[in-house]
Amino acid sequence: MLLHLFALLVAASTALLIFAGGLVTSTGSGLSVPDWPTTYGWFMLTFPLEKMVGGIFYEHSHRLIATGVGALIVVLAIWLWKAEPRAWLRRMGYVALAAVVTQGILGGITVLWFLPDAISIAHAGLAQLVFCLTVSIAVFTSPGWRNAYNTDRTGPRRSMSDDPTLGAVAAVTTATIYLQIIVGATMRHTGAGLAIPDFPWAFGQLIPPVWNAPIAIHFAHRVGAIIVTALVLATVGHVLYHHRSRTELRRPSWLLAALVAIQITLGALTVLTGKHYIINSLHVVTGALVLGTSLVLTLRAFRPRFADAGSATRNPAYVLDVGRAGSAKRTRQNEARA
Amino acid sequence: MRRGVALAFVFVSACGGGGPESSAPPAPTVSPVNAETAGNIAGRTTFEGTAPRPGIVRMDADPNCVQAGATSTDETVVVGDAGALQNVFVYVKDGLGDLRFPIPPAPVILDQKGCNYVPHVLGVQVGQNVEIVNSDPTLHNVHAVPKANQEFNMGQPLPGIKFTRQFSTREVMVPFKCDVHPWMQAYIGVLDHPYFAVTGADGSFSLKGLPPGTYTIEAWHEKLGTQTQSVTIGEKESKDIAFSFKA
Repeated sequence: MLLHLFALLVAASTALLIFAGGLVTSTGSGLSVPDWPTTYGWFMLTFPLEKMVGGIFYEHSHRLIATGVGALIVVLAIWLWKAEPRAWLRRMGYVALAAVVTQGILGGITVLWFLPDAISIAHAGLAQLVFCLTVSIAVFTSPGWRNAYNTDRTGPRRSMSDDPTLGAVAAVTTATIYLQIIVGATMRHTGAGLAIPDFPWAFGQLIPPVWNAPIAIHFAHRVGAIIVTALVLATVGHVLYHHRSRTELRRPSWLLAALVAIQITLGALTVLTGKHYIINSLHVVTGALVLGTSLVLTLRAFRPRFADAGSATRNPAYVLDVGRAGSAKRTRQNEARA
Repeated sequence: MRRGVALAFVFVSACGGGGPESSAPPAPTVSPVNAETAGNIAGRTTFEGTAPRPGIVRMDADPNCVQAGATSTDETVVVGDAGALQNVFVYVKDGLGDLRFPIPPAPVILDQKGCNYVPHVLGVQVGQNVEIVNSDPTLHNVHAVPKANQEFNMGQPLPGIKFTRQFSTREVMVPFKCDVHPWMQAYIGVLDHPYFAVTGADGSFSLKGLPPGTYTIEAWHEKLGTQTQSVTIGEKESKDIAFSFKA
């Protein structure tokens, strides 16, 4: 349980880091500290607080939070290595550690190379992957996951149906959200955030009357928002129609729907306020929360395909209600995987 | 600690780039222009219409700037008496042919004072030293964003720090910014000859010692754009021209 709580802390810290990164870009502070890994020649952690002025406040805060998150992920990886019985989850801890180290190096390179678009976009994209890894670890270490979401621990184990349709829809939704975030990062780092200055129209029309690269990127992000919304509605609708009784699916579904509504509002406000830096940064971190929530839903949708993870050797009683031909074989394979 | 800062600063400086890379032969030490026949082009730049009211730059983001008593008005469009337009970079864009000129030994100074770049617009020759100074009680980063020359971004964390850079290629203009204080902007015109000037408070400029010939004179303003004129001067001739910018 402690490990799960710590994993939740790491995931929350990573979301905070993404928000801080959003502030750096939104305030144009990315190069306000020209050196890396030092800060104006100081060792990062000894940089005087009174010198954190102007753009340095955002950039150096981002570096400090990133250092903290890096340290937390180191502890998480060690904790998993020492205490986690599932080998694949231990490996996930190592991957998270490698990802956050790579992320730090990318952050440094993008400063030293004057924010090249490709590196900055990769930095933004990898940030989301690090967040997804920490969210996944939090899910896999949760008591709910270990108990296969049987909330009634005194009664008989509830059967858990494997719904391939839900798994597919949720997975496609999560992947599409990630792609949408990459398009958003591309828009953000290529300065196309206001290439279409009005909302909901595009230059007063449904389709932009003129085209260039920034307008195309911006419009792609808007189209992406429509696709994501449709996919989220499909996923949420499927859960509420077929799995309303499963709390572990219903709750993230409602949360996902709410977050998407907030995210679209923030996207509109970002344009209408001329990219106000707080709104813009909230849009960035809410994107991460949409992705993370969709990921949680997806992982939980796939839970029946996992063996009795983490407690397989201690609590082998585990029932899968497999209603499809061939699933029994898959279940045996999954149990062997654990 | 201070020594550590200095050492790191040396490292940053070494990596900052922006140094001369030209493979051209060394610049001559003597001007190719015959002073006996040289002429001058002088003139004035004006703003036509109602001058925009200069905005006040808020420096709250850095208490050091406020405590230092720095108050600043936006220097983007500075209009003086009788429409005199300041901070226009006027230069010979074309007409000097293959003439090559000596590089002035004295550096041009770009100061950071009152959390502003001083001057706001200046000119320099290719290969000439640009000395960048921090006279403020706060730290700045000096971020040049050229297109033809090499970009650099260097920190000046302590008051009094200075460093010197050069530009290797002609470029009008090289923008400078401070990412710590986003209102800080400066522009440097880099030319391979000495015939350039920046208009002062009265909007006037003067290009002295030009050999006889026909020249394209360009006036550049950061917001109002560029204008060009063709001017022909004979031996020892002086000509007056005028540029009028509209919003």
